[in-house]
Amino acid sequence: MRAGRARKVRTLGTARHAYPLWFYLPAAVLFLVFFAIPTFASFYFSLTRWTLFDQEFIGLENYIQFFREPQLYQSFINTLIYGFVTSGLKVVIGLALAVLLTSALVGRNYLRSVIFFPVLVSTIGVGIMFKALLDPFDGVVNGALETLGITGPGWLTDPDLALLTIAGIDVWKGLGIACLIYIAGLVAIPQEYYEAARVDGASKWAVFKSITLPLVKPATGTVIILSLIGGLRSFDLIWATTGGGPGFSSDVIGSVIYKQYQAGFYGLSTAGNVVLFLVVTAIMVPISLMLNKREIEQ
Amino acid sequence: MKRERTMRWVIGIAAVVASVIIFILPFAFIIIQAMKTRQEASELAFTWPTELAFVENFVEVITQRDYIVARAFVNSTVLTVASVTFLVVIAAMVGYVMQRRASKIRTVANFFVLAGLIVPPAVVPTVWVLQTVGLFGTLPGLILIEITFGLAFSILLFRAFVATIPRSLDEAAIIDGAGPFRIFLGVILPLMKPTVVTVIVVQSVQIFNDFANPLYFLPGDDNATVQLTLYNFQSQSSNQWNLLFMDILLITIPPLIMYIFFNRQIVAGLTSGAVKG
Repeated sequence: MRAGRARKVRTLGTARHAYPLWFYLPAAVLFLVFFAIPTFASFYFSLTRWTLFDQEFIGLENYIQFFREPQLYQSFINTLIYGFVTSGLKVVIGLALAVLLTSALVGRNYLRSVIFFPVLVSTIGVGIMFKALLDPFDGVVNGALETLGITGPGWLTDPDLALLTIAGIDVWKGLGIACLIYIAGLVAIPQEYYEAARVDGASKWAVFKSITLPLVKPATGTVIILSLIGGLRSFDLIWATTGGGPGFSSDVIGSVIYKQYQAGFYGLSTAGNVVLFLVVTAIMVPISLMLNKREIEQ
Repeated sequence: MKRERTMRWVIGIAAVVASVIIFILPFAFIIIQAMKTRQEASELAFTWPTELAFVENFVEVITQRDYIVARAFVNSTVLTVASVTFLVVIAAMVGYVMQRRASKIRTVANFFVLAGLIVPPAVVPTVWVLQTVGLFGTLPGLILIEITFGLAFSILLFRAFVATIPRSLDEAAIIDGAGPFRIFLGVILPLMKPTVVTVIVVQSVQIFNDFANPLYFLPGDDNATVQLTLYNFQSQSSNQWNLLFMDILLITIPPLIMYIFFNRQIVAGLTSGAVKG
């Protein structure tokens, strides 16, 4: 063992010194102190009644409370709805727009920049903007609907609608990235496939279904992963638009974590964090494994 | 053929009209509200202001509450510049060694990069760690947090890019007797410029626009960052919409400038990293 190691060092010695392992050190220290330790500590602190200075071990009580209180449980369901709705819409609309924007279209470059622009604006700014636009009484959107003879709903004030409205705003803001990834994926598809299909006289839909869709799968994987991670963790936009309301109808785990933190229930807040951790991991690990496998098969 | 060309125009024009309604009008709305007096802005109407108050609103936003927005701009700038500078160097170092040298540490590091991308940060325990090391509520504390949370994504981009740099360049530098730091700083880092630009732009926008981390880890008016100042103009009973929108307008300018200057690089870097990575 030792001899083998020494031999290895001798042969690779010159090359190895160019790639010193201590290059990992700064990142490793930061990651350990500010990410790994808090993550591991969260498992313990979620089992305590915690004031940041004192902790009392109470077992699973925080989790029992989390799933027994209807408004806390609701946040769990809302997180799943929000994550899947935003992610699904970003895939469908993002791909459709990317197909449109890679075709020979008038005003293509303008359209690409305009769709990407909201990505740059802060989420809180976007939230406040839509809160004003979607105001049920004074808002521009309902004003415009009224001139068409439609009575607009209380987009952010109707408990049945608030969460979906925020999901819509999220899609509006994040579409640019999804679209960009899809454009990159589409551009990478060799033109010969399309030419062959054209010679065969395939319809546009057939071309899309049997050439574009399968070949753009890696991009779809990236879009799904990015938007699901973002959607399941979301907090800013919900906080800026409804603060989790009306009632608790648009609360997600992210906003519950903040509310419990604000109220000084640090143990319960951390339990929320662990629940979020489990939800995200349980959804993301199988999905990324599945998507990776597909990519290899190709 | 001719029919197809007309179709192209029809669809193109329809798309442009739709984009104006869906994307341009909301931003026009912000700009118009930012020009109005408080009373007119509170109506939230999409009308031209009868009385222009753009300069007054600007001055008021900047000077209100003891220049809190001006101070927040300084804080956010320091936060962004410091975090991104360290982030680039630290992540590039890892990406470089990770791509070049197979070792047990690499396996572990790979796992942590994936974990860093997926796992949501544990908020309150992080507050507790920051308090323990005496950095809670301080700008350096938040800088360390932003670097940490940005590491995984940046390392991925750097690692993917290092793979495109031929090893023979490293070897030439080794033969010239360069030490590891010289090779990294003198040979590798300059070649990584496209990825460096991408990381700088993406992370700057992200950190400058961050809301949740400053909210948790840097509370208090003294240290406010620009995103938190938006809450100064909002209250339960009434919003000062004109000032609120002026503030949104002001804090959108830095990311916008970034975008205008680096538009092409962002798109290229993001897409290559995102699809391959």
